[in-house]
Amino acid sequence: MFNLEKSDLTLLIAVAVLTLFAPFILNPFPADSAMAQFNAGYPDLMQRFVIFGIFAIGFNILFGLTGYLSFGHAAFLGVGSYAAVWMFKLLSMNVIPAIILSVIVAGLFSLLIGFISLRRSGIYFSILTLAFAQMMFALAYSVLTPITGGETGLQLALDDPRIFGQSQTPEGNIPVPGLFGLEMRDSFDLAIGSWVFTFNIGYYFCALVLIASFYLAIRIFRSPFGMMLRAVKSNQQRMNYTGLNTRPYTLAAFVISGMYAGLAGGLMASMDPLAGAERMQWTASGEVVLMTILGGAGTLIGPVLGAGFIKYFENIFSKINATILHEWFAFLPDGLEDFIVAILYPFIGKGWHLTLGILFMMVVIFLPGGLVEGGQRIAAWIKGRKAGKTTAGGKTEPAE
Amino acid sequence: MGILEVKNVGKRFGGLQALSDVNLSVKENSVHAIIGPNGAGKSTLLNCLVGKLIPDTGSVMFDGQSVLGRAPYEINQMGISRVFQTPEIFGDLTVMENMLIPCFAKRDGAFELNAIRSISEQKDVLEKAEQMLVEMNMADKRHMHAAAMSRGDKRRLEIGMCLSQEPRLLLLDEPTAGMARADTNNTIDLLKQISEERDITIAIIEHDMHVVFSLANRITVLAQGTPLVEDDPENIRGNPKVREAYLGESA
Repeated sequence: MFNLEKSDLTLLIAVAVLTLFAPFILNPFPADSAMAQFNAGYPDLMQRFVIFGIFAIGFNILFGLTGYLSFGHAAFLGVGSYAAVWMFKLLSMNVIPAIILSVIVAGLFSLLIGFISLRRSGIYFSILTLAFAQMMFALAYSVLTPITGGETGLQLALDDPRIFGQSQTPEGNIPVPGLFGLEMRDSFDLAIGSWVFTFNIGYYFCALVLIASFYLAIRIFRSPFGMMLRAVKSNQQRMNYTGLNTRPYTLAAFVISGMYAGLAGGLMASMDPLAGAERMQWTASGEVVLMTILGGAGTLIGPVLGAGFIKYFENIFSKINATILHEWFAFLPDGLEDFIVAILYPFIGKGWHLTLGILFMMVVIFLPGGLVEGGQRIAAWIKGRKAGKTTAGGKTEPAE
Repeated sequence: MGILEVKNVGKRFGGLQALSDVNLSVKENSVHAIIGPNGAGKSTLLNCLVGKLIPDTGSVMFDGQSVLGRAPYEINQMGISRVFQTPEIFGDLTVMENMLIPCFAKRDGAFELNAIRSISEQKDVLEKAEQMLVEMNMADKRHMHAAAMSRGDKRRLEIGMCLSQEPRLLLLDEPTAGMARADTNNTIDLLKQISEERDITIAIIEHDMHVVFSLANRITVLAQGTPLVEDDPENIRGNPKVREAYLGESA
């Protein structure tokens, strides 16, 4: 089906099921229980999961396959957001043209920046992309204020000259982004017992885009083009002496990943129609690098897992505060309770970066292949135990 | 008129005249060896032929067309494949993928955005790579990472990758350097078989006299950046100038 190998089809179905049932999967705890704060099934966060998943899938096509580490990809996400908001301001509140323009604009920017940056490789390439991204951030933040809104960001206003559609709703409000009448912010709640599951139109729109993006990434990975990108990472000398021009291959990978970033930016603006320069800052570029490495660079599912992992930490771990810790350890004697809370406190709340940093270090040192390698090791271990039981201590398989 | 015509080629690196007035004519379907002591300019000459270096003077014509000023990939697409001293293969990729890449390069040219149709759908290229693997006697290793193979196997794979492009001229840079005797003999046999069975010209740079005299039917001796003599192997063996310059050390 879909012209995919069996294992890839399984992966695609797994991603589709996970994203489509996310409102259930991410809300395992009843709304009134103490564990409810670990629920991540609210629209805002779920949207961020899939949008950053798309961003990371695209980044992985460049970094995971060719090994070219860009430190400026947030810039393409940023221009995608600006393009989408301008489309809302000038054309219509429909998200489709906005997202199409985001992808095109990000593609053009990445073509220019990639063409220049790819004249160098390794650390010099990374620095060039970083420099470009910081330039674009600085421009967006100050010089280009008429276009970008500067410090306050680009927002919709009541007097936007929208060609298709109205400037204001009859009630005098700013209209909201939608898809042929479906408003992105609309949700509907399903209460089962003490569980509440929220289904949001914007989230499901993003989820469908993620599934399509993931499918496209599989096709690219399995195509001759994907193999050539891995060959770039492996041995450029051999490629040159095999009649292959490496420059257009790396540039194509750069532009494709830039367009994925633009798509993510456009979706972000479609969920919440504003765009700010901080989306282009180097910390945002660094975040997608972390996501890709944490999940497993060069693997298909890794970047999606990494994006989910980091966004979960950022939003859930950071909300635990000292009061909550005291509640958890209230059963301990007072002195011990205070002691444990004092030890754990730096790792929670605003200190979530510390926990994330430690986890990242552990993954890089012990699981260089990221979370995907962790999963593979666990699967191999379970398989090994099962095989051990059935053959009852039979001879071990020879290594290939 | 040979398939490769090198005329008056000179190359200077700072104060060192690496090549001066090199003339060389490689006949079609011959096995032409270029020998010479260390520092004779053999590798510099080879690099001038494949586009890695541009000579200061002279011309290099392949099949009537100049190769000067062209990038290595363009020269390769003209029909010159190069085997390196240390095997240059795609170590992170499987043996099969290593073979597929030159087959795609042959079919699609220097760049093709072939990004949607999967490899498994492109049967023509798959079959060709498969056939080449069988010919190189490494079909059982197809799923192996290329980096995990022995030196001799890597060399065989690299030669197979070059052959799958159906080049008209195969350039080899000391193909048996650092190999055990058995691997060296296997490589000699493989190259002999290639030159007999295929419509191909082979130019080989080599240190090992055993390899040179087992393979070559024409030899150019290079000394101090300039050709000393070009002749048939029997005459080279007896030439006193060659003995003095080179063979004297080992023969």
